[in-house]
Amino acid sequence: MSKRLFASSVLLLTAAAGITQAASKLNVMTATQDLASLAREVGGDLINADSIAMGYQDPHFVEPKPSFLLKLQKADLLVVVGLQLEIGWLPPLITQSRNSKIQVGAPGYLDMSQSCQILEIPTGQVTRAMGDVHPLGNPHYWLDPDNGRRIAKTLAAKLSEMQPANAAAFAQRYADFDKRLAAAEKGWEAKMAPYRGRKVVTYHRSWPNFCDHFGLVVVDYVEPKPGIPPSPVHTLEVINTMKREGIKLILVEPYFDLRAPNKIAQDVGGQVAVLLPSVGGVKQVTDYFQLFDYDINLLVSLFEKVK
Amino acid sequence: MRVFMLVPAVAALFAAQLPAQDTTELLNRMKAMEDRIRALEAEVRTLKAQPPGTVAVAAPAAAPALPTAPVEAAAQGPPPGAPLTLGGAGPAAAKVLNPDISVIGDFLGAAGNGANRGTPSLQMHESEVGFQEVIDPYARADFFISFGEQGVNLEEGYLTFTALPAGLQLKVGKMRAAFGKVNALHNHVLPWTDRPLVSQNLLSGEDGIDDAGLSLSRILPAPKGIFLEGTAQVFRGDTDGVFQADKRSHVSTVGHLRLYRDLNESTNIDLGGSFARGHSPWADAWNQLYGADATLRWKPLRRAIYHSFVARGELIWARTVLAPVRSNSPIVTPFGFYVSGEYQFARRWFLGARFDRSQRGNCLPTNPATTTACDTRLPLNALLQDTGGSLLLTYWPSEFSQIRGQLRRTRYGEGLTANELLFQFQFSMGAHGAHPF
Repeated sequence: MSKRLFASSVLLLTAAAGITQAASKLNVMTATQDLASLAREVGGDLINADSIAMGYQDPHFVEPKPSFLLKLQKADLLVVVGLQLEIGWLPPLITQSRNSKIQVGAPGYLDMSQSCQILEIPTGQVTRAMGDVHPLGNPHYWLDPDNGRRIAKTLAAKLSEMQPANAAAFAQRYADFDKRLAAAEKGWEAKMAPYRGRKVVTYHRSWPNFCDHFGLVVVDYVEPKPGIPPSPVHTLEVINTMKREGIKLILVEPYFDLRAPNKIAQDVGGQVAVLLPSVGGVKQVTDYFQLFDYDINLLVSLFEKVK
Repeated sequence: MRVFMLVPAVAALFAAQLPAQDTTELLNRMKAMEDRIRALEAEVRTLKAQPPGTVAVAAPAAAPALPTAPVEAAAQGPPPGAPLTLGGAGPAAAKVLNPDISVIGDFLGAAGNGANRGTPSLQMHESEVGFQEVIDPYARADFFISFGEQGVNLEEGYLTFTALPAGLQLKVGKMRAAFGKVNALHNHVLPWTDRPLVSQNLLSGEDGIDDAGLSLSRILPAPKGIFLEGTAQVFRGDTDGVFQADKRSHVSTVGHLRLYRDLNESTNIDLGGSFARGHSPWADAWNQLYGADATLRWKPLRRAIYHSFVARGELIWARTVLAPVRSNSPIVTPFGFYVSGEYQFARRWFLGARFDRSQRGNCLPTNPATTTACDTRLPLNALLQDTGGSLLLTYWPSEFSQIRGQLRRTRYGEGLTANELLFQFQFSMGAHGAHPF
């Protein structure tokens, strides 16, 4: 009997400890799966990380569903891409979350663009005649591993600030991530080295940071202007440009229609690469490392094909 | 500044690496460096003497060193070796605190036979100006001012407290009441060029229940995966043709319960129940409105920008007390509903259809007004029934403009039938608003 009592007490205490630990976990909500993946890298089991936009959907057009409010209501930290990527859907969710911790400017609101290298910051006059431009710069910056490192470092600092007791663990996890990323980067760069300087066409302006890091040159876009679907005239211009400059590869995000890119590729004898701009773009890509593994392997195989 | 730091470092390096070399040579080099330092100091003095605007300040490094926490950075000041920044942000920076400003234009045209509710052939129906900004760490404010061709109206202007305890949210100001779905929507986010008959007959049309008051809402506990929200509102009590406050105690109240659930990642259902009560414009008594709404949405995430479908419907019952009492039944209880569907078949194209039917009191006003005067041959509490159907085609040149055509056939309770083509151009400028949901 006493043994049973002892066993029950141990069980209860373990359960209670588990509950306490679970209660002390930071709830981190992120706008995209990329940010959630990086949060998991530095937060590990010490945090719960979840995201709003799925990796296979266009992050510009996410529906502000009330079900997201249930998650945002409990968040301790909201990490956003910023640069107006989420402007069409995140502001009403934040306002309606009834969570003072994650309101813009509150300690639990983290705009990651403030810590990263941002490209394509418009200079001079910005108007919507230029399409759906991002006046603060291109928001697809997480596709540069150096920015991935900066995001992880910023997250480690933020998590430590919010939970000083675990600061050493966050720092250690960041150091480990940094090491693994450096090793992975060497591999990615080695694979891409033969193709440095190669010219490509992309559908949307999602790839400046990726191309800048791996030495690809973006010459034109399938969209005539950001957010404007391809027109026959522009498609013809792209075909002519690609023929003139000997470009054979078109990079397309998984949420865009493939008809125009396929038509262009057919006309120039090239290939369409459905490259993933985000973690979760396909089922098997579940973290930041796999995202680059997938994209780089695909690129290398297609560059080989169109040699 | 970098040079100043480099000199001792380089000197130390020399001293450490060349201990055996001739000290005279080393002293000569140090002397030369001292001279350079003096020259640089003189240059710095000259630069400091110039007005700040004329100093060419180096742009911040495009790729900063690995970031640190903002608080830390602020406390420590600029890192050593950072470019010298003179002056503040300049007067233009104050403008960053201006609210987000947007203007939405709504041009409406009509052709054909309008029968009872003929609208103008061409009109700049509405120009809505929005100002939205965070007020302080506890609240934000939203103003929507609607300019018609002749008048101006504060469509909404309210403060939202975002940092209340217990998951509460409080809005204070003038706002569209949370009665059903359509009443809360601004004209430019409607899936039609007009409002359904039930809204025109029972809810004061496009003006709607839009009044000064307070709104308190809370996400209520519910089984996992269900979003349940309760809203309670108190208004002054003035809604044209629906409620009228003759005294301070004639406030109107609105209650709304919303239940939302994701059926899967592409499909969701949104159900609502509403209640409103206010003082009757026609008698010293209270009118009531009851509503039920349902919305089913489908949007496949992988192709979200190309295909979607929304089906919605709303039922409204009214209980209106009439005066003077000319018959034994001074109360009318009209009922109306609409069902509507909208299918996006390409990135820029949407096809829609709507069926609506609504009763109205023989002598009660509608918005837009029904031209026929009150039929005195009928009893005061007689009900007339209007039925309509519409087909719609919408085209989006971009996210910021929209062209829509609507074929509308309406059979009014008086026996007249209207066949109309309505067309609409909408355009927005300024701050990017949230996508409607």
